[in-house]
This record gives sequence, structure tokens and C-alpha cells, in this order.
Amino acid sequence: MKAILNVIGHIGAVVLDALGLVGELAIFAGTGIGAIFRPPFYPRRIGAALMEIGFFSLPVVSLTALFTGMVLALQSYTGFSRFNAESAIASVVILSVTRELGPVLAGLMVSGRAGAAMAAELGTMRVTDQIDALSTLSTEPMQYLVAPRLLAGTIAMPLLVVIADILGVMGGFLVAWLKLGFNPNTYLINSFTNLRAEDVLSGLIKAAVFGFVIALMGCFNGYRSKGGAQGVGAATTSAVVSASILILALDYILTQLLFTAK
Amino acid sequence: MNAPMTQPKIRVRGLKKYFGDKKVLDDVDIDIVAGTGLVVIGGSGSGKSVLIKSILGLVTPDSGVIEIDGIDVLKAPRAQARALRAQIGMLFQNGALFDSLPVWENVAFGLLAEKKIKRSQARAKAIEFLAQVGLADNVASLSPAELSGGMQKRVALARAIASAPAIMFFDEPTTGLDPIMGAVIDELIVDCVKRLGSTSIAITHDMASAVRIGDTAAMLYEGKITWTGKASDLLTSANPVVDQFTHGRAEGPIKMALRR
Repeated sequence: MKAILNVIGHIGAVVLDALGLVGELAIFAGTGIGAIFRPPFYPRRIGAALMEIGFFSLPVVSLTALFTGMVLALQSYTGFSRFNAESAIASVVILSVTRELGPVLAGLMVSGRAGAAMAAELGTMRVTDQIDALSTLSTEPMQYLVAPRLLAGTIAMPLLVVIADILGVMGGFLVAWLKLGFNPNTYLINSFTNLRAEDVLSGLIKAAVFGFVIALMGCFNGYRSKGGAQGVGAATTSAVVSASILILALDYILTQLLFTAK
Repeated sequence: MNAPMTQPKIRVRGLKKYFGDKKVLDDVDIDIVAGTGLVVIGGSGSGKSVLIKSILGLVTPDSGVIEIDGIDVLKAPRAQARALRAQIGMLFQNGALFDSLPVWENVAFGLLAEKKIKRSQARAKAIEFLAQVGLADNVASLSPAELSGGMQKRVALARAIASAPAIMFFDEPTTGLDPIMGAVIDELIVDCVKRLGSTSIAITHDMASAVRIGDTAAMLYEGKITWTGKASDLLTSANPVVDQFTHGRAEGPIKMALRR
């Protein structure tokens, strides 16, 4: 009986901890969003965060998108050629990249690069008292450190995904043309005939949400880290893992919300 | 009646703080008269940092009163508490310089945040403060990582005094420095505090430093203030706790937990 009560007690403690964490995250997100709209604003910090999240993530996102488009064209060909449906490859590639793979893969890549960097930087600032020092210098840390990153993440990710979409489609096009022997003009016509504005838009909406989530998890985990180098390492891991899981879960939710059968 | 002659600049009453089951501050009472320096001594984990972080608003105490200029900052409206705490300049234990900014921006950070100067004037102003702590102007463009421990402490001191604070806190200012550099930092602290007419609280393990920078001293032990007196009396105190601590004796009323 005592063993059963212990197990129930442990489960209860875990559930309470998880709920507490969710509550803490919600308060952090709310405070961060509020700080975006409350002066003073820090345009230099926003610019620096845009460079860090957007510009410096460009190579890794570009390469990921390019190779994904190339693989997608090859794999689609393998399946579709069995049903003599090769002409659908162009549409499959462009719709997969713009609606799904562009934002998700860019999100995962940016999470691993910029999200981890944010958590490590803020974590180090926390354990070396730099965040406390900001408070003593008439500066609100949420406004100075968190708000610019949340804003930059939300802005930079859709811009990255536009480039990822273009490169992903281009990768598929190159493989179809040079490797699979497709007529380039026909492939491009097939690609864009079936593409609609909402396909691109739904991907960009996802990208903005993912960008916010990446910045939020990076800042949240870094901001509350403790215990020196080990704590900063744990915060960095948590930031990447939690952002990646949230991206995949939110991807399904957003796909369902933005789902169009036409 | 024993009514105080003058209102203290900082008055702490019945301050309590727990972290989980651990009692860190237990009914702490402190008065600091304007223009004087208090040194708080105590072992590692005795709550010294929590005490000054509570006054700064970086830690929220469980109960008690913290008055600055007679106003309880724990009960005051947020804006008023913020204004009262804006009088405080802080020198952190490890400097806490911002890695991402050059030295001059670190020094001028508070001035820029309070919009006391324009960005175009900030560098020249920062160089003035660096000179006050004995650093040459070529240090201004360096990043904090390029400085020695002593230089980082000086830059942190320059940053702390830049806003001419009425109150200054020093968290173990000589930790990690050799005795000569420690003495230099102490002299700079005494000089800056005197020049600004500030009220100061310093926490330290370094007895030589405590005597140099403090007018009065208090010993924090097991979350309570167990002794107060003149800083110059620290080394001759008959209080057994103070005596053991200041002379670094293994035997005495202070029992250290040993990990075997």
C-alpha cells in the first residue's frame, strides 16, 4: 500500500512540477510580449538579434533546404514513376517545401543554432550576475535581453523561410532537370500552376510562430539557468529539445488550423 | 525613550528569507547612517549576498522591512521603489561586466540607460571615469575578456560610480585578487565613496579589506546578526563567533559541515 502511495506521490510531484513550469513559461512569454510594446525600445539590440537569428543562420538553412528539395525530387520520382505519375513531382516538391518542409526544417536548424546560442548567452549572463547588473543600471532585463530576441525571431524566421522555399524548389528543379531528364520549362510550369498564395502564406505563418517559439525557449531556459557551466549546458540542451518538440507539435496544430483540402 | 537622533539612510528590520527549508536570513536588523560604510562579514552561504540582493530588489524576502530614506521599498509603489533603488550603485563579486560590450560602453551603460548623456558623448565620459580608477584611455576599446581580474574590478567600480550613486554596495570586492591589488581596490573604494559622499555596504571575507573600507561592521551567522561594532574593533572583538571567524580558527562555535 505504501509503495503504491509513493508511486502516486511521485507522479503527482512530476505533474505539479510540469504544471508549474508551464505556468512559469506562460508568465515569461506574457512579460516578454508586453516588453516588446513598452518603451524604452532597443533598436540596436533588435538589429543584433536579427543578424544572429536571421543572417548567420542563412548558410545552414539554405543548405538544408537545397538538399531537402533535391532528395524530395528523387524520392518522389521513385514512388510516382511506379504509377506513371511523374508529372506530379513538380507540384509535390513545391507544395511540400512551401507548406511543410521549409518552415519545419528551417525551424529545427535555427533552433539548433540560434536557440542554443541564445540560451548559452543568457545562461552565462545569469550565472555571472550580468542580468542582475542590468537591473542595477536602470535597465529592465526583459526589455533589454528578451523582447528584442522575441521580436527578431518572429521577423527573421519568415524571411529565412522565403529563401529556404526558393532554394528547396530550386534543388528539386535541378535534380528533375539534370538527373531525371525533365524538361525544365514544363517542370517550372507544373510547379507554379498548382501553387497558391495560401500555400506560401501558411508556411510563413508557421515560420513566424516557430521563430517566436525558438526565441522564447532560448531566452526562457537561459534566463532561469543556474549552477555554473553545468547549468548553462543543461539550459542550452533544454532550449533546443523543447523548441524542437514544440515546433513539431505546433506544426500539426497549425497545419490543422490552416488546412485547405482544395 | 531611545528615539534615534537621525534617520538612517538604510534601515532593515525583521528581514527573513527561506530557500525551501533552508533559513538564510532570520530576523535581520541593520541600520546604516548616511555617509557611513558598513561591512558585513560571515562565512560562505551565511546570507550576506542575499541581504544586499534583497535591498537591491533582486531577491524578494519572505517578510520584513527595508527602508531607504525612510520609505519601505517592499511596500512602496513599484515606480517609487525603483526610484529609491536607482540610487544604488553595485560592484559585483566577479565584476559582472557585459561580455558583449567594450569597456567604455560598460562604464557608460547606466548613464546611457538613464539618458543622462548622448551616445556621442558617452565614450569621453567613460574615459573620465576610467581615469578615476587608474585606467588609461586605451583600455576603453578593449573587451572585458581582454582585461586582468584587477582591471575588471576597476572597470566594474568605474561603472558603479558613473551615476554618482548615493548608496554603494560592494560584493566581496577583493575576492580573487592578490593582496596588493586588493589593497589598491580598497583604496579606490574608500576614495570613491568619500568623494561621492555615499553610504556603503560591503560584504567580504577579507578582514584586512573589512577594516580598510568599513566604519562599522556586522557579523552574519546562521541567518542572524550576531555582532555589530566598529570595523576597527573586528580583530579584537571578544565575541567568540567573530573571534573565530576573523582569525580563521578551525575550533570554536562556528561548525563547518565537512564533506567526507
